[in-house]
Amino acid sequence: MAKMHYRELWCDSPRYWGGLALLGFIILLGMAATYYMEHNGHYVTGMSNQVVWGVPHVFALFLIVAASGALNVASIGSVFGGPMYKPLGRFSGLLAIGLLAGGLAVLVLDLGRPDRLIVAMTSYNFKSIFAWNVILYSGFFGIVAFYIWAMMDRRYGQPYYKPLGFAAFFWRLALTTGTGSIFGFLVAREAYDAAIMAPMFIIMSFSFGLAFFIITLMSAYWWAGRTIGDLRLAKLKNLLGVFVGAVLYFSAVYHLANLYVAQHDGVEMFILAGGNAYSSMFWLGHVVVGGVIPLFLLYSPAFAASRMAIASASVLVLLGGFFQMYVIVIGGQAFPMNIFPGKEVIASSFYDGVIASYSPTMAEIMLGISGIAIAMLLVAVAARMLHVLPENLEDPENPECA
Amino acid sequence: MSQKNDQPNMKRREFLGKTIAAASVATIAPGVMLTVARAGSDEGASGATRWGMLINTAKCANGCSACVDACDKENGIDLLTKPEGQSDEMWNAQRPQWIRKVTLRDKQTGVVSNLPMMCQHCEKPPCVDVCPTTASFKRADGIVMVDRHLCIGCRYCMMACPYKARSFIHSDIAEQVVQAPRGKGCVESCNLCANRIDGGAATTACQDACAAQGHHAILFGDIKDPNSAISKALKTFESKQIRADLELNTGVRYTNV
Repeated sequence: MAKMHYRELWCDSPRYWGGLALLGFIILLGMAATYYMEHNGHYVTGMSNQVVWGVPHVFALFLIVAASGALNVASIGSVFGGPMYKPLGRFSGLLAIGLLAGGLAVLVLDLGRPDRLIVAMTSYNFKSIFAWNVILYSGFFGIVAFYIWAMMDRRYGQPYYKPLGFAAFFWRLALTTGTGSIFGFLVAREAYDAAIMAPMFIIMSFSFGLAFFIITLMSAYWWAGRTIGDLRLAKLKNLLGVFVGAVLYFSAVYHLANLYVAQHDGVEMFILAGGNAYSSMFWLGHVVVGGVIPLFLLYSPAFAASRMAIASASVLVLLGGFFQMYVIVIGGQAFPMNIFPGKEVIASSFYDGVIASYSPTMAEIMLGISGIAIAMLLVAVAARMLHVLPENLEDPENPECA
Repeated sequence: MSQKNDQPNMKRREFLGKTIAAASVATIAPGVMLTVARAGSDEGASGATRWGMLINTAKCANGCSACVDACDKENGIDLLTKPEGQSDEMWNAQRPQWIRKVTLRDKQTGVVSNLPMMCQHCEKPPCVDVCPTTASFKRADGIVMVDRHLCIGCRYCMMACPYKARSFIHSDIAEQVVQAPRGKGCVESCNLCANRIDGGAATTACQDACAAQGHHAILFGDIKDPNSAISKALKTFESKQIRADLELNTGVRYTNV
């Protein structure tokens, strides 16, 4: 059995530095947007006391969910003993850290008082899912960093490889449960308040994380002029197909269950058949772009050997995932809370009983996009400095014991 | 600068080290200052009391906004101005509203009722449960409020509140009143005029204003004291909690709704 060689991501200078400069520029724009929002206050955003979490939260949650999912490839290698996935473990861990850092940066910079971050770290309310998440997120960085070390240091790290693999796997499940429960435990709003939010977020993380992984892996190897074997890509592709199907399934169960509850009819009709931006995003964005088309690209025999189809499917899964998150976060808030059951609100100065309007501003969108750039920059720099990517990923002669 | 070998550049490391140190100081300093500012500010409220309110919607007059105006004045909300260039609609959606007037019609019977809506001062407040930093808290006497030294502006409490009672401060504050300090980027809500009550007053600003108009729709008092007017009224009249299904045991109750 040939020994796997890992080497820094090396490509000619203009290509590497050009890529970094582009990412750096996007981050700079994000920083400018943050300064603009924090200096003026959130009044310059589309957010209000009606829709309190806007597009930055959509980006942040999307990245955080994807982060835990990106670690799956490593978990399959170490926890479930998949030999084809094992060489990808280091990069999977690195991507997970990068995505989480990008997501958290956006989340923190959208706070009303980001300068009080230290308060969030020192004053805990252990009943709050948010406070739990602060611990889960920091712990994730630590555990995954150790996990990568155990994978990289064959001499001293080896004994810890398995236990850390298990720890990271369970931690990531807890982390996404925590993220899903941010919504799942909100009794006030009809779109949320459902225990299925937590497992649904886990399956979303599987799908978004793997899509991110496939795209970044393919780009990195294209960047560095290295090769990936067809069999390995086919494995990743088939797995992505299963996850995309599972996301659609969970989404269907979530909405069907809600439809069954008479009290939740209103919000379901609003999202599913409201004839508004959210219903379009749900059907076109989440279901068609993020589900049906990728499934077709991944499983149609016509595209069986097409790498373009795999890359496109992954990009579409991410796009659809973003829309799905948008509908959950913003759509769920836009629908009015049923404060007075059985009553119709005739007049209110605070938009009671009315669908709230929200249109994101450029600054919010820039902050969100810079979160993706932060993640990609971290991954690009770390992959250049550390031995995370195998020198080649050609298919092994005997795939069962690669 | 071109460096052909792959030896680490020590100057760069030194620079990185200093940058990290500076960033750490910038992150920690505001927290330290806060701790200093908070020192010696602890004064307890008594658990023998539970402040509450009873609102008789039959007496709440259509078109009257005396309680809202009084609250705005008491808490300096009237001092806030619309940021330049902001639309009226957006300003209305973004400006703080601690108390608001709502007019309702029963879907079945068509009966119309008016009522003031504000923080319901729940016994089990969802906003307190979700707040990551304990900024959202309930005093021993039942008043639910926000510690604006601890609020990081995450707005999770606003997501959790079933009554839409909380407001986030979206823009700079030019003027404010001493008894209701306010800061851009923090969340706030009705605190049952805690400043007045702690100073020995027996009524809230909204109650006084309602009474001055001759409506007497708002009754404030200690619901744990069997001899208080509010306790007697609660025993006499059938009252309701809004969203009683959530079992939050609100401190604010309504009759004739």
